[in-house]
Amino acid sequence: MRQPVVGRAGLYGAVAAGGFRRYATYGTATAAGVFTNTVFGFILAYTYIALWDERPGLGGYDQSEALTFMWVSQALLAAGALIGGGFQEEFQERVRTGDIAVDLYRPADLQAWWLAGDLGRAGFQLLGRGVVPLVIGGLAFQLALPTAPLRWLLFLVSVLLGLVVSFALRYLLGLAAFWLMDGAGINMMATVVSIFFSGMLLPLTVFPGGFGEFVRVLPWAAMLQVPVDVLLGGSGAGGGAARTAGALGFQAAWAVALLGLGRLVQSAATRKVVVQGG
Amino acid sequence: MAERVAEDGAVAAGGASAEGGAKAGGAGPRAPAERPAGHGLLVPRRSRVLEGLRGYGLIAAMWIRSTMTYRTSFLLSTFGNAAITLLDFVAIMIMFSHVDELGGFTLPEIALLYGSCSASLGLADLLLGNTDRIGTRIRDGSLDTMLVRPVPVLAQVAADRFALRRLGRIGQGIAVLGWAVSELDQLHWTVGKALMVPVMITAGAAIFGAVMVGGAAFQFIAGDAAEVQNSFTYGGCTMLQYPPTVFAKDLLRGVTFIVPLAFVNWLPALYVLGRPDPLGLPGWVAFASPLVAFVVFLPASLAWRAGVRSYRSTGS
Repeated sequence: MRQPVVGRAGLYGAVAAGGFRRYATYGTATAAGVFTNTVFGFILAYTYIALWDERPGLGGYDQSEALTFMWVSQALLAAGALIGGGFQEEFQERVRTGDIAVDLYRPADLQAWWLAGDLGRAGFQLLGRGVVPLVIGGLAFQLALPTAPLRWLLFLVSVLLGLVVSFALRYLLGLAAFWLMDGAGINMMATVVSIFFSGMLLPLTVFPGGFGEFVRVLPWAAMLQVPVDVLLGGSGAGGGAARTAGALGFQAAWAVALLGLGRLVQSAATRKVVVQGG
Repeated sequence: MAERVAEDGAVAAGGASAEGGAKAGGAGPRAPAERPAGHGLLVPRRSRVLEGLRGYGLIAAMWIRSTMTYRTSFLLSTFGNAAITLLDFVAIMIMFSHVDELGGFTLPEIALLYGSCSASLGLADLLLGNTDRIGTRIRDGSLDTMLVRPVPVLAQVAADRFALRRLGRIGQGIAVLGWAVSELDQLHWTVGKALMVPVMITAGAAIFGAVMVGGAAFQFIAGDAAEVQNSFTYGGCTMLQYPPTVFAKDLLRGVTFIVPLAFVNWLPALYVLGRPDPLGLPGWVAFASPLVAFVVFLPASLAWRAGVRSYRSTGS
């Protein structure tokens, strides 16, 4: 407060840095998370080897691409809050206790505030929980990681878009607390859906027929399947570039649509806020 | 079946807590009162088990009542709990839409592995799963409150926020198991094999329960490390739903001799399915699960006891 006028970008930058530092505080929890992602990585790697031994080329991946898919998804799932976690529970708690009134009173946009905080968290979890499992997976198994720096840059853009889509969906969950009060049930449902439809259990390209086509256009595909495909998609020369552009466009479209929906719901929700007492 | 198993698991919980709570949990009012009666050590010890069970029951009942206040949320979360495991199984079914066998096992055989370990983990999670919150409790100081209450600490930690929605996972696991058993009619079911199924679920729940208690004890040293425990429970269950033939031998040795997860369902299920063990262990190990379930509680409860005794409040 003592600072004079802080630019908008500076404000949200500070919120994001706060989110990063907040999660960086818990070193043990991070180490425990790395351990868990690595253990799951090993377990799933053996099942993927068994599956791709039986059916080489399944889902358009060879075995090393399938293993890469799996290890990269282990590296991304904490950042994308695909198995729960993230800000939405805290948000719901603030709605339930009424603290949200204080948030609405701040001279900052509610959605942008939480987005900045969540991206800060995701940034830490990408580094803190993503890098080590991927390196261990790369040492223990034959992975098909690209070497071109541009491919990794495109991957990071795609990851960022995926994180925004993930935030935008979870923001809707947070807002649901204005009507439901207790968010436990809906959070659980949302976790189920994101585990299954993001491609974390199995790549979405392995899902059969029309159902497979359907799950590949849902927003959850933008959170995991698409970023990993962008990373793997460097093999084809011209087709690869067009496919990557399409993939990024797909993510951006979902991000814009869901953020917009969030704003609509937010304006409906804030009309419900009743400030008690005084 | 679930009913009987539930009682079993609760006894295990009370047993361990009696060990842990006796020294550290702020002596309850009843134990000292009974000691002068001159029955030696056994009577107060036993009464602490009962006390732990009673406390557990009261706390759990309170949480069930509170859960029922938000009924829609409860129904959604119970359904969600069942759906999580169902979607796991759907993923396996999608795999089997492309292949006929995985690691030499058919879909009904994998369903047997899947259903039994899911039911075991669900039971353990319902009865003892909340012990993984202990790291948070140590951090925010709420464990201190529990130490001064006249109920064994483990019973309080396990029953606090008792989540009835976890019935969803148990029900789902048992449903898949039922389907597997109905599909495996060519197996020549004997009385021994039929009995093995409920024994496997109960013993498996107890082994997972011991891992949870041990993992909670680890958090006294490590702080907020709930996820380490998850990698043995949830990760273990993910592994156990696939056939052992899929995994590397070293991994199999690790989960047989170090953290004995193989006894949760692999070894008994291989007997039921009439398949050889990839490690070539003697046949009797299939029947060892209940024994292993008792044995693993020894290090787990010792670790818990050591954890509670070494606990120093954060003091803020």
